[in-house]
Amino acid sequence: MSALLAIDGVSKRFRGLVAVDRLSFEVPEGGIFAVIGPNGAGKTTLFNMIAGVFKPDGGTIAFAGERIDGFTPDKICRRGIGRTFQLVRPFQALSVEDNVIVGALLHRHRVDDARVHAKDVLRRLDLYDKRAQRASSLTLPDRKRLEVARALATDPKLLLLDEVMAGLRPTETDRIVAILRDLNRETGLTILLIEHVMRAVMALAGNILVLHHGAAIAQGAPAQVVQDRAVIDSYLGVEDVA
Amino acid sequence: MIAQLIEGVPRRALLLLGVLLAALSLAPLIAGDYLITVLILILYFAYIGQAWNIMMGFAGQLSLGHALYVGLGAYTAAALYVHFGIGPWFGLLVAVPVAALAGAFIGFLAFRFRVAGVYFAILTIAVAEFARVGFDHLAWTNASSGLFLPVSQYTHNDLWHLRGSPIMFYYILLVACVLAFIFCRALLQSRLGYFWRAIREDEEAARAAGIDTFYYKMIAVVTSAAMTAFAGVIYAFYYNNLFPEQVFGIQRSIEIILAPIVGGVGTLFGPILGAFLLTGLAETLTSALASLGIDLPGAKQVFYGICLLLVIMALPEGVWPWLSKRFGLKERNE
Repeated sequence: MSALLAIDGVSKRFRGLVAVDRLSFEVPEGGIFAVIGPNGAGKTTLFNMIAGVFKPDGGTIAFAGERIDGFTPDKICRRGIGRTFQLVRPFQALSVEDNVIVGALLHRHRVDDARVHAKDVLRRLDLYDKRAQRASSLTLPDRKRLEVARALATDPKLLLLDEVMAGLRPTETDRIVAILRDLNRETGLTILLIEHVMRAVMALAGNILVLHHGAAIAQGAPAQVVQDRAVIDSYLGVEDVA
Repeated sequence: MIAQLIEGVPRRALLLLGVLLAALSLAPLIAGDYLITVLILILYFAYIGQAWNIMMGFAGQLSLGHALYVGLGAYTAAALYVHFGIGPWFGLLVAVPVAALAGAFIGFLAFRFRVAGVYFAILTIAVAEFARVGFDHLAWTNASSGLFLPVSQYTHNDLWHLRGSPIMFYYILLVACVLAFIFCRALLQSRLGYFWRAIREDEEAARAAGIDTFYYKMIAVVTSAAMTAFAGVIYAFYYNNLFPEQVFGIQRSIEIILAPIVGGVGTLFGPILGAFLLTGLAETLTSALASLGIDLPGAKQVFYGICLLLVIMALPEGVWPWLSKRFGLKERNE
């Protein structure tokens, strides 16, 4: 498989604090790739650099063969990278459907076409029955899925998910896991997720990268990574493995 | 076209709209001179409120300097008329681009350099004030002594030169209000309208959804400014005199935003309802006080203040959202 996203020697410093340190990895096309690591490991910083919120201090980010580091977030989205926010940011006063229509309008010029597409996406995310509700009236699990729906409606080739399972109950987590797995399998969508919920990571990811102090300390298949000594010491702890 | 226009509007609301429009169309037949002047004010504020609402209600950009666009429109058309005898409709072709350019200037400064929220609002005030001081010293428009349009006793209504009775202005503003309403409704339902509302709700999330926020905010400011300039042209030819202090003053900008705020920011009926409520009630109050022989300068301003307080405390979203929910007039997309 060829790499859809290639991170090469990327660094980011905040006033002397090195958040991401010459990090390199590749996300293969069509795969589900997870980035895990303790709080402060640089996961969200990495994510924000890919999504265009921060410009890397060094290194390059290439998407589908094109350098995208330094692009604005909207331009990156138009290139085909959809993202969610760790703290969900729905368009509160708009209906669930209108939230998704906004995303769908990115590559569609007629509102009617966008509405058709939005409805498809809402069905996929189990939000179709709630499409007329105001986004502000949704519960957290619904909002998390709305966040995914809006990003998905922009027809991304790569979906960046920033802790979409955080704060959810196990049944809700399983629901999103199933949705994401189906999406990946049926549409070939590449997914890069940052996640703390190991249950979800183990169920989804074909590849895991463990970040610690801004650097990769392990990478590989899930079963192999969770056995890694360095990973257990820095992040998982002994009990999690047992 | 028409089917698309009324799609999603409840029948009751359509009926109400029809009755209102018919009543306003026939009003000059029975209304006296005084009532006509009040209705002109109401329509004037409804129209500008609609224009201001595009920026604030749709795209979430607070302008506290909309008098700038009124003034530029008014002064441009008036000066062209006084100096070169160019009629108001041709004047409009210059006045609108001038105001749009001013809007583009403010928008570019603010959005390029990430001036947002309160600071953006202050910038709009600053540019309007700058214009006020500038026109106070601009000899071409007679500086602070005021620019006067020649008034002769009219014998008939000259629509081409906008010389005529208040009733003519009344109908012009009525048509403008109807067109503005239809235009804003179409905007709100378009791709543009969706992007604007997304920016209003959460600019960063909008950007993450691929929306070029700079570009769409610029469109909002320029559209709003251009629409407002038309009201300025009408203002100039209705009042026939322009003073920088009165045209560009901050009190003018505040007056403009009252109707949409009271009626409901971001709604289509809000600016219209707000204009009727505020101007209608204030004028009733003034004439009631006058008929009682009470002379209270500033009573109108105090009344506006009370109205604003009441609305902000009881109905922070405005009167229209509350009214429409109560009486089942709510539109699907509003």
